[in-house]
Amino acid sequence: MSAPGDAAVSPGAGDGRVVVDLRGIRKEFPGVVACDGANLTVRAGTIHALLGENGAGKTSLVNVLGGVYLPDAGEIWVHGRQRQFHSPADAIAAGIGMVHQEFRLVPTLTVFENVVLGSAPRYLDMGQIIERVAHLAATYSLQTDPSRPVWQLSVGERQRVEILKALWRDADVLVLDEPTAVLTPAEAADLGLTLRSMADRGRSVVYISHKLDEVLSVCDEATVLRGGVTVARPRSLAGVDRSELAEMMVGEAATQIQRPAERPSGDIVLELAGVSALSDRGLPALHSVDIDVRAGEIVGVAGVSGNGQRELAEAIAGLRPTTAGTMLLAGVDITGASPRGRSRAGLAYVPEDRLGMGLAPAMSVVDNAVVRSYRSMRRRMMLDLRGCEDFCRRLVERFGVQVGRIHEPVSALSGGNLQRLLLGRELTGEPKMLVAAQPTRGLDVAGIAAIQEQIVAQRAAGVGVLLISEDLDELLALSDRLVVMYEGQVAALMDPTQVTRAEVGAAMAGSAATASGGNS
Amino acid sequence: MSEAAVVGLLVATVQFATLVYLAGLGELIAERSGVLNLGVEGMMAMGAVSGFMMALATDRPWIGFAFAALVGMAVAGVHALVSVVMGAGQVVSGLAITIGGLGFAAFIGQDAVRERADAVFTDLGIAGLADIRWVGPILFNQPPVVYLAGLLGIAAWFVLNRTRLGLALRAVGESASTTDSVGHSVTLLRSGAVLIGGAFAGAAGAFLSLYMAAGWTEGLIAGRGWIAVALVIFGAWRPGRLAAGSLLFGFTLALQPRVQTFDLSIFGFEINTISPALLGILPFLLTVVVLIAISFRARHRPSPAPAALTLPYRREER
Repeated sequence: MSAPGDAAVSPGAGDGRVVVDLRGIRKEFPGVVACDGANLTVRAGTIHALLGENGAGKTSLVNVLGGVYLPDAGEIWVHGRQRQFHSPADAIAAGIGMVHQEFRLVPTLTVFENVVLGSAPRYLDMGQIIERVAHLAATYSLQTDPSRPVWQLSVGERQRVEILKALWRDADVLVLDEPTAVLTPAEAADLGLTLRSMADRGRSVVYISHKLDEVLSVCDEATVLRGGVTVARPRSLAGVDRSELAEMMVGEAATQIQRPAERPSGDIVLELAGVSALSDRGLPALHSVDIDVRAGEIVGVAGVSGNGQRELAEAIAGLRPTTAGTMLLAGVDITGASPRGRSRAGLAYVPEDRLGMGLAPAMSVVDNAVVRSYRSMRRRMMLDLRGCEDFCRRLVERFGVQVGRIHEPVSALSGGNLQRLLLGRELTGEPKMLVAAQPTRGLDVAGIAAIQEQIVAQRAAGVGVLLISEDLDELLALSDRLVVMYEGQVAALMDPTQVTRAEVGAAMAGSAATASGGNS
Repeated sequence: MSEAAVVGLLVATVQFATLVYLAGLGELIAERSGVLNLGVEGMMAMGAVSGFMMALATDRPWIGFAFAALVGMAVAGVHALVSVVMGAGQVVSGLAITIGGLGFAAFIGQDAVRERADAVFTDLGIAGLADIRWVGPILFNQPPVVYLAGLLGIAAWFVLNRTRLGLALRAVGESASTTDSVGHSVTLLRSGAVLIGGAFAGAAGAFLSLYMAAGWTEGLIAGRGWIAVALVIFGAWRPGRLAAGSLLFGFTLALQPRVQTFDLSIFGFEINTISPALLGILPFLLTVVVLIAISFRARHRPSPAPAALTLPYRREER
């Protein structure tokens, strides 16, 4: 809700009136300066991209705007008035609505209860509130059923509830932190339409994203952060192309890493035959999947999120029981083997959930580095602590992990460094086979390049790689062969050099499965 | 088995149900806000002794009853301070209140033991209805606290499900950070819920000393506070199911002292051979069964337990 006295936001704005002005924001955390002199100027009726690598301070900056963090220095101006936000509630009262990466929703409550929580009328007239929420949703073409409990909703629907929450509070600035990271392409397109309709009604959107194409198609203006400092002031995105944006972010043109052209001819290291498995809800998630990976080959797995990719990775890693089929790793049957048994047989696994399943957040860098191989660092009954530290230092150096001290908890590391550490740990001990699930998701340009380089290096070293990713460009550039999954099945087997993005997209969407140029 | 015995059993069932319902409702409110209070037994003891002594001093049961609620609230205030404001472990704090409350109640009640109070609640005897056979004595000739408990249950349901306050309370029990982020005070909501819970427990204790036992002795509460805690789980954290559960638990409590006098055989099985001790564990046994049922169901949908139960909250500063 805008404070009395503020000019009402006029429809069809985009008239240059400044709604939010952050000036010289500094925010320091123990050991890390997240922002130092960051500026952000957002005008009414525009969708404003906030770009920057991981650790550039984007999330910290918007958290200052959202009242989550109190800045150490700098000024917050909203509607031409200087503000002090001591809590998220202060920011909400000033008209700032935040949609965080982790949703702030109560799963057991219904959609409308979540929407009105915090600014509900004293008495809840259910019928009337449901009607008002439904009307608000319809106004901005947000498809949702107000009386369904949130735990039944998909990720995309939950995000719509978050946006509704902000709209219910009449937020005239909506801040979205990497909103499409969790969405299907179709949902992302719908989100773009919703945001545009908000801008057309005079509201403003601050849009954090790594996906440059998306920023170019959705946003009007952009601010670029690098190392906590604003390096590019708001500028219109009209006539700006992708490489120019990438250059602004990293300071140099980002190049896509490409696997070498020669064909792998090694023996089969991983062979899945008729593998089936159930989802967390006990429903069939994988139906009779056949995949094989040769030594020195990268097999990409494409698919819209939720078509069995996660279950596939977990089944191979031994974290999810299979209901049918067999798995051979370098000729050894691992179908019933434990995760540790598979690891010993030469399997490395980089899970999708880095900080939950891959690493233990509260444990130190050293402890996380050695959990896979501590058994070789024993001195009689005890752990050889010095040996562990040496091991960790070598790993950190070899994989370029930027850490302060190796005894600090890994939760202090940025996403890119977490992934370098995790990948490095999995690759020690010279595995025969690497399964990597979404290894570059959410990383900055430099982080993505480092991880992709490692994957290509593993290929050159004769490791078989199964690369599960939602980034089609990455899959097309790195894969020797491409498997497309749809509804738990291998819908198509493609040769990345012979297909176009559109063809892969069609297969991902479940249109007639055609194997074009694939060989198995 | 005589009609009088059956009516007596059912009259007592309603009264025991009221006792555990009052205490359980308070615990339910606290738990829905995310705070487990294992101090119910201690708060009931404090309420029972202080309510009884106040009624003795003033000759008015209602003043004793209200005072008991205040004392229960004050004791719960300790729990709120330790576990909500300071964020210490709820289990430890609650157990300390039960142990300390029982001891302190015994200490201050030394002079009140075996004192017979004249100022106790009397049966309400609703005109015209109380004389109906069977139904009259069971439903229409009970002490006023029974009807008050019913009204409080309806009020609790309404507040929880139909008001802004109730929505905030349910939300804070599921996710404190979410509730904080939309501008509700987690500390205020949880402390308030714990205090209300304490008032209900204190009042329940006074119902025991000012009506059911009409006196105070050490050990008067006799585990009914724990039954109230179990009842909240049995009732799946809902006021309506809590009422149904308290009638069931109330029945076992009423049956316990009477069962050996009953001359009744069902399919050749003599009722009076059932051990009262075995009946005593029935509420807890039923609670375990419900917990197992919940865990089976929880594979496909969220547990009815508040997700943030027992989790202290501190605002995150990265």
